[in-house]
Amino acid sequence: MEAVLKEIDVRGYAHPEALVTTEWVHQNLNNTAIRLIESNEDTLLYASGHLPGAVHVDWTADLNDPIRRDYIGPEAFSALMDRLGVTPETTVVFYGDRNNWWACYAMWVFELFGHTRARIMDGGRLKWQKEGRPLTREVPRFTASGYNAPGRDDHTNRAFRDEVLAFASAHGQLVDVRSPEEYSDQRLHMADYPNEGALRGGHIPGAKSVPWGRAVNPEDGSFKSGPELRRIYVEEQGLLPNREVIAYCRIGERSAHTWFVLKYLLGFDRVRNYDGSWTEWGNSVGLPIEKGQ
Amino acid sequence: MSDYPGRLGEAIETLSFAADPADRADLLLSFANRFREVPPEVARRPFPEIHRVPACESEAFAWGVLQDDGTLALHFAVENPSGVSAKALAVILDRGLSGLPPSEIATVSPDIVYDIFRRDISMGKGMGLMSMVRAVQTIARQAAEAEADGSQGARIFPRPPERPGR
Repeated sequence: MEAVLKEIDVRGYAHPEALVTTEWVHQNLNNTAIRLIESNEDTLLYASGHLPGAVHVDWTADLNDPIRRDYIGPEAFSALMDRLGVTPETTVVFYGDRNNWWACYAMWVFELFGHTRARIMDGGRLKWQKEGRPLTREVPRFTASGYNAPGRDDHTNRAFRDEVLAFASAHGQLVDVRSPEEYSDQRLHMADYPNEGALRGGHIPGAKSVPWGRAVNPEDGSFKSGPELRRIYVEEQGLLPNREVIAYCRIGERSAHTWFVLKYLLGFDRVRNYDGSWTEWGNSVGLPIEKGQ
Repeated sequence: MSDYPGRLGEAIETLSFAADPADRADLLLSFANRFREVPPEVARRPFPEIHRVPACESEAFAWGVLQDDGTLALHFAVENPSGVSAKALAVILDRGLSGLPPSEIATVSPDIVYDIFRRDISMGKGMGLMSMVRAVQTIARQAAEAEADGSQGARIFPRPPERPGR
């Protein structure tokens, strides 16, 4: 076990405890203090086979308010945790497809409700499957945990449009994690994805362009090491870890991945995710927009 | 279920009986598990880009082969190993539409994606899957036009665009 933990420790992250290896998860499959949570873009993937004992969080159906554009409230979050058999003391370990993009998004939403006993399984589904580790189609059932979520904290990790506008006007640090083509206005959406309805292209003035995928090793979906990440975000882009930073993308999901990288792997003092992102900014009347590289 | 061409209605009717999301997921998976990739006599890797389904992050490719009896046989490839929904849709489209005249296949609406997957998919995922249906529409329209023109040549669709001046 010690060797397994060291594997993360030696990578030079600010908060290595936020990440666990596939091997660590494999060794803890029967640990009742841990709940594995799978969250994917393709919601059929969990049903096709998942880690033994893992539960499913559907990012659209479980985390979003069904009527208005917002996240669920404390009542629905408590009900979700009841269904997942999670108590405030449970450590949840998220993993999923697409380099843990949705896993980080789910973790970010959990943090809005103060559930910070959370980890990401490095490499997600891709690494687990590449290593030939077991999958099952058996869906675990848990008795209701009686979870009582506090009110949602929309201040610590979340940024709203007017706050971002003031932040950008004050030359705050912004990271645009979309593709360079979206950033520069060559396209209104990421490659191979449809346009989700932005009327204007470009980026928020002053934002640095760091596509979210740069933080991962494409061959197994694992995160790059601390020094490699620092080279990208700090040395190359000049982002200062002791100053606040706001990340955004199209609807706030890719930027949740970067939120995790900046907050936990690089230890930036304050990181917020602007979930309104480009679908809000690019459609809003009168907001400033910058184009080009 | 008469709004759907061919046997497509049968698949959608079967899915409509599965009220429970877990049962529905199982049914869709059973379709996905029956996925068979485009046979080598039709296409081999690297697949020509003309067959790539636009805006589909599952990296789907689609082919239509016009048969001697004037019907169309549909084939698909899904390169993303996580593209389970794309595989399920490919099987439903193949089983529901292959063997029909192209003019009939061309009437299929991309909205069937929501009849199959309901609203439980992200907008991005839904649009990508709808793009698969649109690719089938394009294939069917081209094949129908080729049939109507009595044009000879390759029977595999979509056809590459003709070079200017030819």
